[in-house]
Amino acid sequence: MMYCLIVDDSRTIRKVSREIVESLSFEVEEAENGEAGLSRCRARMPDVVLLDWNMPVMDGYSFLKELRRSPGGGMPKVVFCTTENDLDHITRALEAGADEYVMKPFDKAILAAKFQELGLLSESLSL
Amino acid sequence: MTELEFETLRVFLKARSGLALSPDKRYLVESRLASVCTRFKIESLSRLIWEIKSGRSQAVENATIEAMTTNETFFFRDKAPFDLFQDVLLPRFIKERAASRRLRIWCAAASTGQEPYSLAMLLKEASARMPGWQIDIVATDISNEVLEKARAGIYNQFEVQRGLPIRLLVKYFTQKGDQWQIASDIRSMVDFRYLNLIEDFGRLGPFDIVYCRNVLIYFDTQTKADVLRRIAQQMPPDGALVLGASETILGITDALTLDPSYRGLYGKSASVSGASRPALVGIR
Repeated sequence: MMYCLIVDDSRTIRKVSREIVESLSFEVEEAENGEAGLSRCRARMPDVVLLDWNMPVMDGYSFLKELRRSPGGGMPKVVFCTTENDLDHITRALEAGADEYVMKPFDKAILAAKFQELGLLSESLSL
Repeated sequence: MTELEFETLRVFLKARSGLALSPDKRYLVESRLASVCTRFKIESLSRLIWEIKSGRSQAVENATIEAMTTNETFFFRDKAPFDLFQDVLLPRFIKERAASRRLRIWCAAASTGQEPYSLAMLLKEASARMPGWQIDIVATDISNEVLEKARAGIYNQFEVQRGLPIRLLVKYFTQKGDQWQIASDIRSMVDFRYLNLIEDFGRLGPFDIVYCRNVLIYFDTQTKADVLRRIAQQMPPDGALVLGASETILGITDALTLDPSYRGLYGKSASVSGASRPALVGIR
């Protein structure tokens, strides 16, 4: 079973995201900020990270740059999942090593399509 | 809605658009036609059916057909047909059309444009391998309303996120507030035209590749067979037809043959190819 780490300071977003990702047959863990997310990654590197941008302690952008510098940190697919919906933020995220970018609000169809595109889901899955 | 009214609507849709309205789709009628009633200030569904039957308003008839048409689409929908285009069809036709350097593609149910624009973006990505090629993408639909949106190439946040890789969004779209518009050089690659598939489409000319996904499912068997036969006539002997993954031609037509290597890919049957090869002149 693939393992997804959700890094978001909003408990509600984490809950909704967990429900969607679990329905796609992923094992899910949560972290409430970038620093906690890095700790989770050091303990067990996920297959995919769903990452918020604005968070206390350590934001998603700093998390991503730190992750990509870490041993094995190039492996997880990182999908930003944020309300920062402008081209400048998207470009910065891609330059920092993000694989995909989801603009909030989102739904299961969007997330499933992104996961499918990243090769995390079977192409035969009906979206 | 009475049985007679439902039957009137069913006959009208079949005759005018080929849409097969089965009794189990009855629930769709009221929800979809309510907006037509509101738009034309028609007080009830019964009155709308009467308007259709009387043939007094072309606008009401067109709006009814458009309302009953399903326009569900998104960029790179189902992914596999676009991988097929990029990895199989395009390399094949770059080789086979090396002399003419001409490629004609038809999206037969283009809806709001995501399918032809997805193909256009893939062609743009492959442009270094196709210098000097003339590429035509003709995209047709029965709904003028969706064609208008397709031509504008403006999509909301939800629409650009369903299936469109973020790198292609950044590369080929401009943000306009909370909307995203596809680049003018991609828009100019696609020629959007109104077309009712049950009517003659010979004037469109021949096509090397035809995408006709998720539209034949709304037709009855006889209409499907007729449309598929006429699509085959538009294809050269080595032409390719891509249908939706859940669609089949089995028992419907022998004008086309499934390519066993790729799901949804069909070629022209040997028995009919050659005899009806369209001429590559006088098109457009």
